Amino acid sequence: MSQTGPLMGFVHRRRRGAELFLLVLALAVGIGAYAAVGLGVEGAVPADMVGYGGWLTGLIIAAHITVRVVAPYADPVLLPLVAALNGLGLAVIHRLDLTYEAMGQDQHTFARQQLIWMTLGVVLFVTTLLLLRDHRVLQRLTYTAGLAGILLLVLPFLPVIGRNINGARIWINLAGFSFQPGEVAKVLLVIAFSGYLVLHRDALALAGRRVVFIDLPRGRDLGPILAMFGVSMMILVLQNDLGSSLLFFGLFLAMLYVATERPGWLVVGGLMFGAGALAAYTFVGNVQNRFNFWLHPLDYYDASPGSYQLVEALFGQGWGGLIGRGLGNGFPERVPFAYSDFIISTIGEELGLTAVMAIIVCYGLIVERALRIALISRDGFGKLMAVGLGSIVALQVFVVIGGVTGLIPLTGLTTPFLSYGGSSLVANWVIIALLLRISDQARRPAPRLEPADDTSDDSESTQVVKLR
Amino acid sequence: MSELTLFLIRAAFLAILWIFVLSAISVIRSDMFGARVPETARGAAPVPERRKGKAARKPRRGAPTHLVVVEGENPGTRAELADAPLLIGRGSDAAIKLDDDYVSTRHARVAASGDEWFVEDLGSTNGTYVGPVRITQPTTIGLGVQVRVGKTILELRK
Repeated sequence: MSQTGPLMGFVHRRRRGAELFLLVLALAVGIGAYAAVGLGVEGAVPADMVGYGGWLTGLIIAAHITVRVVAPYADPVLLPLVAALNGLGLAVIHRLDLTYEAMGQDQHTFARQQLIWMTLGVVLFVTTLLLLRDHRVLQRLTYTAGLAGILLLVLPFLPVIGRNINGARIWINLAGFSFQPGEVAKVLLVIAFSGYLVLHRDALALAGRRVVFIDLPRGRDLGPILAMFGVSMMILVLQNDLGSSLLFFGLFLAMLYVATERPGWLVVGGLMFGAGALAAYTFVGNVQNRFNFWLHPLDYYDASPGSYQLVEALFGQGWGGLIGRGLGNGFPERVPFAYSDFIISTIGEELGLTAVMAIIVCYGLIVERALRIALISRDGFGKLMAVGLGSIVALQVFVVIGGVTGLIPLTGLTTPFLSYGGSSLVANWVIIALLLRISDQARRPAPRLEPADDTSDDSESTQVVKLR
Repeated sequence: MSELTLFLIRAAFLAILWIFVLSAISVIRSDMFGARVPETARGAAPVPERRKGKAARKPRRGAPTHLVVVEGENPGTRAELADAPLLIGRGSDAAIKLDDDYVSTRHARVAASGDEWFVEDLGSTNGTYVGPVRITQPTTIGLGVQVRVGKTILELRK
């Protein structure tokens, strides 16, 4: 984490024009997908095409103007990537809605709700950028953020507002709205981790004693953050939320590694993960099932709980092939939760590998931009925060897409920006706002101060009088 | 709707998707390699302009006018910001000369960029702090923000 690298001599341009151009293309993706859904399912361009497209355009333009005004140097690629993913997600959810409606299911307004959540997300995105003019302010809130994060994680345990949906107690219900506080907690914990680590990283990396191969830091340096981490992990395990615990663990490890520059942490973390996974495999029946479904999906097709969902998703993706069946011409509704966790399998079935690859590249670009922001950021707190936020996206995408495609055992997490889920969508928009704020600070040319007059003070400085 | 039309729609959509992804990549690419503002323009060209700006600069209402020591060995020592950049240290050429053992000879510098005032550490031994944070880069300071060098605390005042 050196402060001056070869990157520092680089002058960044604002590139707001490039952002606008990419946003137009992103809107073409979103609205084009919506039109294609209408054509594929109903054989005609949807009636509310203009209204829907106008709404989407309005949201995106509002976000763009905010960035133009309050963060003119911010990264030009992040917002278009997010807009395209969100637009595509909306269209695919709408496509599933149409089928659910035709099948006579009660719940077939996911897309409308998602659009409301997206509006809320954009509003929060704009608010974050407007209110937070300097991300370093957040460093003052290190412990507040940590405490708030843990409190939010505990909320679902409360008797009245807590809800147990699909076996995981991660929901609260307020005035008819369900919300997953854990999604917000992950952003707060990133702030807490980076605020803590940036102050203590030297002590963590240098002080302490060596045990076998690794330098263990002193308890008083590691203690607070370990407590923060331990408590949140414990809560998540109690809530039976496997995906989120995996996410928090990976996030914590990545930030510790980046802060201390010690690869030893990855080894320790890997061993801890192995031990934890083994313990979970031995003692938690649910985890054993997940492993079995992953290794032999077809054997458990008819069992209950079985691998029906995963197998149908794999069939769908296989049937989709290289370019898919076309929006509206597949049977993604056969997969339970096709609109949330399994949205990638819907896209794989109807738009094929070509679209799935494009989506993975989009996520890759988001993560690359986050790490890039971390590289060029001038302050350690911003660096750590950008790494943390980037790894949240990276881990989430890896766990979900890996699970749906059968690469790793399946754990429930939302696909950022694509899948249905209000809390996750809102939190992700805030993540992008924070990243843009850090990148605006990082890419803004360094203040040019009048040079210290080095000519007049020769008498003061040490001089080489004679060599030899 | 015929099979061919549907195929064309699908192909067109995938094309749009990939055009978007590739344009995003190309923006990143030119962002990485296309620094069109060369170092020379950054270092040399704005200098005369800046001198002119400095001569023309009029203190705005509410803008800080001087830097003062509020705590430490030499409380009350002050320097006018009109003489900026101000050097803080133990050396005899410092605008604010401190008798603090924990301060380096050339410790820190206060200078303006546009309307904002910045404090910059000049590689001191014990560091310069703005609030609780040790600074590693020029950092904006406003009225009343406490800057700590050694055991001394300085502030911008009106």
